[in-house]
Amino acid sequence: MELMLAIGIGVLIGSGVWLLLRTRTFQVIIGLSLIAYGVNLFIFSMGRLKTNAAPILEAGAVDPSRYADPIPQALVLTAIVIGFATTALFLVVLLASRGLTGSDHVDGTESK
Amino acid sequence: MTDAANHLLIAPVVLPLIAGAALMMFDERRHTLKAMINAVSTLLMLVLAVHLLTLADRGAADGGAMTGVYLLGNWPAPFGIVLVLDRLSALMLVLAGLLAVAALVFALARWHRGGPHFHTLFQFLLMGVNGAVLTGDLFNLFVFFEVMLAASYGLALHGSGPARVKAGLHYIAINLAASSLFLIGVALIYGTTGTLNMADLAARIPEVPEADRMLLHAGAALLGIAFLVKAGMWPLCFWLPTTYTAAAAPVAAVFAILSKVGIYILLRLSLLLFGATAGASSGFGASWLFVGGLLTLAFGAIGMLSSQSMGRLAGFSIITSSGTLIAAIGLSNAGVTSGALFYMVSSTLTVSAFFLLIELIERAQDPSMDELAAFTAPDEDADAETEDEVGVVIPGTLAVLGICFAGCGLLLAGLPPLSGFVGKLALLSAMLSPIGAEPESTVPGSTWLFFALLILSGLAAMIAMVRAGIRTFWAPAEGPAVPRVRLIEIMPVAFLLVLCVGMSIQGGALMRYMDATAQSLHAPSAYIENVLEAPRVERTKAEEAAP
Repeated sequence: MELMLAIGIGVLIGSGVWLLLRTRTFQVIIGLSLIAYGVNLFIFSMGRLKTNAAPILEAGAVDPSRYADPIPQALVLTAIVIGFATTALFLVVLLASRGLTGSDHVDGTESK
Repeated sequence: MTDAANHLLIAPVVLPLIAGAALMMFDERRHTLKAMINAVSTLLMLVLAVHLLTLADRGAADGGAMTGVYLLGNWPAPFGIVLVLDRLSALMLVLAGLLAVAALVFALARWHRGGPHFHTLFQFLLMGVNGAVLTGDLFNLFVFFEVMLAASYGLALHGSGPARVKAGLHYIAINLAASSLFLIGVALIYGTTGTLNMADLAARIPEVPEADRMLLHAGAALLGIAFLVKAGMWPLCFWLPTTYTAAAAPVAAVFAILSKVGIYILLRLSLLLFGATAGASSGFGASWLFVGGLLTLAFGAIGMLSSQSMGRLAGFSIITSSGTLIAAIGLSNAGVTSGALFYMVSSTLTVSAFFLLIELIERAQDPSMDELAAFTAPDEDADAETEDEVGVVIPGTLAVLGICFAGCGLLLAGLPPLSGFVGKLALLSAMLSPIGAEPESTVPGSTWLFFALLILSGLAAMIAMVRAGIRTFWAPAEGPAVPRVRLIEIMPVAFLLVLCVGMSIQGGALMRYMDATAQSLHAPSAYIENVLEAPRVERTKAEEAAP
């Protein structure tokens, strides 16, 4: 499971970085989104991977190794919300740029 | 600190939040009302910041609590989020408040009508800045950082136009990428230490097992890169001059604090987490910061010399000051830190004043460039009276502008008698006789290099400013164009410059404060102890009895 997750995060971030360095604004925003997904998975994995483990403790004697770490889950939730908001904001600027310059190049003009 | 005083700690975050939210309720056409709310809130914030500064300073003098700690939700420190007030964060609050007041007064002349939601975004930006300097938790820092950035994206586009949108696009893209690095860094640090509270981290880092230390350092380095992007370290700073030049003048003036927030966090984290007590991690990153700072300083100086417009000159002067500060953090010496803090306050006020001044000077040179003229033109025809109410046009405009420009030049170059000189002098003398060094020991060559670069960058700033000044004020064949400047627009510039004059007059008292700040930063055990042992608020009997 660790290997699968690591490969998944690597592929997401790798493709994200490649897209981020492209010249079209749409590619940039998709790249940023892919990086954000990879980062979210990464934060999640920092709580150690566990299956069938609840993040909420029950009353009585507790063996912490049988529970998942709730903090990374809370962090991921916050990161998703903030990432969503900033991506939406970026999308608006991207559209404004397209409208003002008539080009979807990141510099507003085609490079010659 | 008493109970009520303790609640004041969260006020710099709550006040702009409420004001910003309230501002959204009103239509853009009621701009006088919105301006009033914004002005009242910003002024209150400055008063509050000054009050917190006296609290933070007095607390140490009588031997009491040096650090004010506010437990959110009354959860004890490593489990809940804490807000921490010490001398450094109080200093940043006051600095942010001063810039905000100056920028807002300038904007009230006409810029605040240049686009929607200026006042709301302004308040949210201040909320982000205040929160980022007050918080004692890494993830909470991320949240406040994002609040600050999201508001700054909006403000950077204030006034619109292709140049701003293009610069804004690059600014947002690079900051979103930096935020991803921030998150990876935070996650790695949490994965290796199991905590995000800064004081708890400082306590746990010496005990991290050797196998995990590499990961911890990788996390800290990624985190550092995110802040270095914000602070503008070479080679992460190419976005900075373009964005700041394109931004509207009052926005650029208040943006001067954003790069200093990056510096603040670098200073705080490198001394708290990787200070003398950090065991095997002690001094991590210091040499990188030092070298990076020197490169930034050199890049900034060359940039200033090559700048053809004053806006870019001001942008590069931010990079120069960031470079100086980053290299000073890298030296990691209490005396140098204290000088750097003084220099930071002085240079931030200067650059902010300079950004405001540039707009006033350039307004006259090319009327077609005065984009707001088109925006406010129908307004001015319709009610010429309100135009007069806003402020009288000052006489002897060029003389006043020239004096302000000369003041900015002296401050940027670090010449006496203004505070730029005091700050650089404190830095340079601390470098030559560092605190704690043997009296006979020699100063290492790398410090001499910093010394030389700092002086050369001052020379570069002076040459660049003199050239820009001659070109603007003396060279035009048919005499310089006289801009229409209102009193309310020149006042904030004068206010910031007078503050710098005041800083050199009150240099002794301020240096004492900076020394005390640097001392407590370099001996973080009191900070750690205060945060981790902060008492919870006891519930009264009546509260317990209630259901």
